[in-house]
Amino acid sequence: MYKIVRKDILNATVTRMDILAPLVAKKAKAGQFIILRVDESGERIPLTIADYNRAAGTVSIIFQTVGATTEQLARRHVGDYVMDFVGPLGCATRIEGLKKVAIIGGGVGCAIAYPVAKALHEQGAEVHTIAGFRNKDLCILEQEFAAVSDKFCVMTDDGSCGEKGLVTDALRSLITSGEQYDEVIAIGPLIMMKFVAALTKEYGIKTVVSMNSIMIDGTGMCGGCRLTVGGEVKFACVDGPEFDGHLVDFDEAMQRNAMYREQEHHAHEKTCRLFREGVR
Amino acid sequence: MPNLSMIKTPMSTQEPCVRRQNFDEVAMGYTPEQAMQEAQRCLRCANKPCTGGCPVGVDIPTFIARIAQGEFEDAYQVISRANSLPAVCGRVCPQETQCEKRCVRGLKGEPVAIGRLERFAADWHNAHTKPDMVEKPAKNGHKVAVVGSGPAGLACAGDLVRKGYDVTLYEGLHLAGGVLVYGIPEFRLPKSVVQREIDTLQAMGVCVQTNTVIGKTLSVDELLQENGFEAVFIGSGAGLPRFMGIPGENLNGVYSANEFLTRINLMKAYQPDSATPIYRAKHVVVVGGGNVAMDAARCAMRLGAESVSIVYRRSEAELPARAEEIEHAKEEGICLRTLANPVEIVADDHYGVAGVRCVEMMLGEPDASGRRRPVEKPDSVFVLDADCVIMAIGTAPNSLIKSTTDGLKIQSWGGIQADQQGATSRAGVYAGGDAVTGSATVILAMGAGKTAAAAMDAYIMEKQ
Repeated sequence: MYKIVRKDILNATVTRMDILAPLVAKKAKAGQFIILRVDESGERIPLTIADYNRAAGTVSIIFQTVGATTEQLARRHVGDYVMDFVGPLGCATRIEGLKKVAIIGGGVGCAIAYPVAKALHEQGAEVHTIAGFRNKDLCILEQEFAAVSDKFCVMTDDGSCGEKGLVTDALRSLITSGEQYDEVIAIGPLIMMKFVAALTKEYGIKTVVSMNSIMIDGTGMCGGCRLTVGGEVKFACVDGPEFDGHLVDFDEAMQRNAMYREQEHHAHEKTCRLFREGVR
Repeated sequence: MPNLSMIKTPMSTQEPCVRRQNFDEVAMGYTPEQAMQEAQRCLRCANKPCTGGCPVGVDIPTFIARIAQGEFEDAYQVISRANSLPAVCGRVCPQETQCEKRCVRGLKGEPVAIGRLERFAADWHNAHTKPDMVEKPAKNGHKVAVVGSGPAGLACAGDLVRKGYDVTLYEGLHLAGGVLVYGIPEFRLPKSVVQREIDTLQAMGVCVQTNTVIGKTLSVDELLQENGFEAVFIGSGAGLPRFMGIPGENLNGVYSANEFLTRINLMKAYQPDSATPIYRAKHVVVVGGGNVAMDAARCAMRLGAESVSIVYRRSEAELPARAEEIEHAKEEGICLRTLANPVEIVADDHYGVAGVRCVEMMLGEPDASGRRRPVEKPDSVFVLDADCVIMAIGTAPNSLIKSTTDGLKIQSWGGIQADQQGATSRAGVYAGGDAVTGSATVILAMGAGKTAAAAMDAYIMEKQ
């Protein structure tokens, strides 16, 4: 059992939690993920590590309420426990030697992009961050990003915060204004990463994306998280989760992530109903 | 008076038309009367050929004699001296190629039903005792770690705790048991049987640490250098599922057998209220011919498929699965498409599976494995309708431990290098089971775990 020691509501659907898991905190690095199970009958879900505190033995996760499991998790409080919490899994983000990087975060993906931006900033790299959200109410981590970025802009679909438009619009204008990046790191919805990668390919800028595939064990055993990268089958859990964005078959990845959409939708509705009725 | 019947005392099973709709155990085990009757078929050969066929050397004629006398608990004690998981082995061992193959009664008629008798003795013991009634061995003051809680790890931990070691058993998943809980289905090996074995180990003093991936959460070097373990056994299992490399393998509806079985067994996706989803298909094609393929096919049938076919590239005689599993699968209506090989998984309009394009095969000259090599028949393409495909064609090594353990030597195909005693290239580090041999059987992994336990004991005692 793993104790929830801090909980912050970042916006209506996004929650941050610090979980007491000293062995995971001791090894965690930006870019890696954990798998958790809320209770005895729960499913195993992967969540990328948003931050960690080795001294306190805590690992931070930031998640959006999108299905039954995240709904259930969001309703836990400080002092409650989650049943299982295993990690750190996957490979860490490789940031050695990078001097100038554009970080693109989309929605809750910003939670994962932030520790990467922070680590780059701490190693003295010039960091330009573009964070995209649907609207003002969904914006998260603006101050945190601002503190570690040399340039920071927010894009919203409706212009209610920052500028109106897509993250790719902002990235294109930075590139065309003459900014030269060693690398672009894009973390967010698959569709966003697909278009960021398409844009940077035009300019020949190396681009790393973080794939949040459906998986069970997270150690290579099930193969559910497989995706095609450069024509080869890779497992997101052990070969990733980060891959060369120019080589990932995003269309396939989007189809695969939608495999259980209908069942997930039913499960979410059912969970919400049970909460409303006070059963859980 | 010995029982001279030429055939095994039948064991009752659920009717095929009933069991294909549930996940309850298929074979129901012997009653005491049936067990005593079958035990009397044993001729008590002085040279014990059956024991020679057992990878862990169970004293088979002796335990069978105890059953014949009605001394069931004694029978269990005889088995458990050599085998720490008898209730498991009685159910999943390929007896027909091991102990029962060497049984003299098998020369004329059927061999003694050694597996069924082993299961009977173990089930009797489990029904009449509790895990906490087990005697706690006196501690010898030495600490060892066992990585992986599948059959190799459980056997190794069992032997070491009995010798007095302070044993910590590490498991990456949230539940101990390895392939016994995520892979082998409930109807063949009830999870309560596995849990009972683990409860017994815990009652003897084994500390089980789930949610700990060695190679990630902790490294083998940390176990040895920072956590005070004097020796480590690696029984981390087979690794990554293989795919064929044919078009369409990443379509939705194509599973590795590992994923399909894990969703069903470990995550209980067959239960209507399970939080873990699974695709409930109408027409399922399973590729492969081992026990895993049989398990996947029979699970698919139980999830409500209208048709389930097993596609295997050699002929029925070469199927590597246990004879009983093949028999049970056929009885349940699973169609065997032998001498066939998939060449493409055909997509529907929604990124799902529409069918499997196959070619017919024929058997040519024997290959390196001694089996006749399947070769493609020209112009023999045909398509099987399917909306789900399960790949059960073996595994490739996992690099989590080898890539994080300094100086651990690897075999050419990627498995961990270990000698006959399980010793690896690193002093104090032992390995066994599928991590060393590639996909094999529960009992071979257990044998390797036991051998390594003896070697670890010798290593630590010598060091003193």
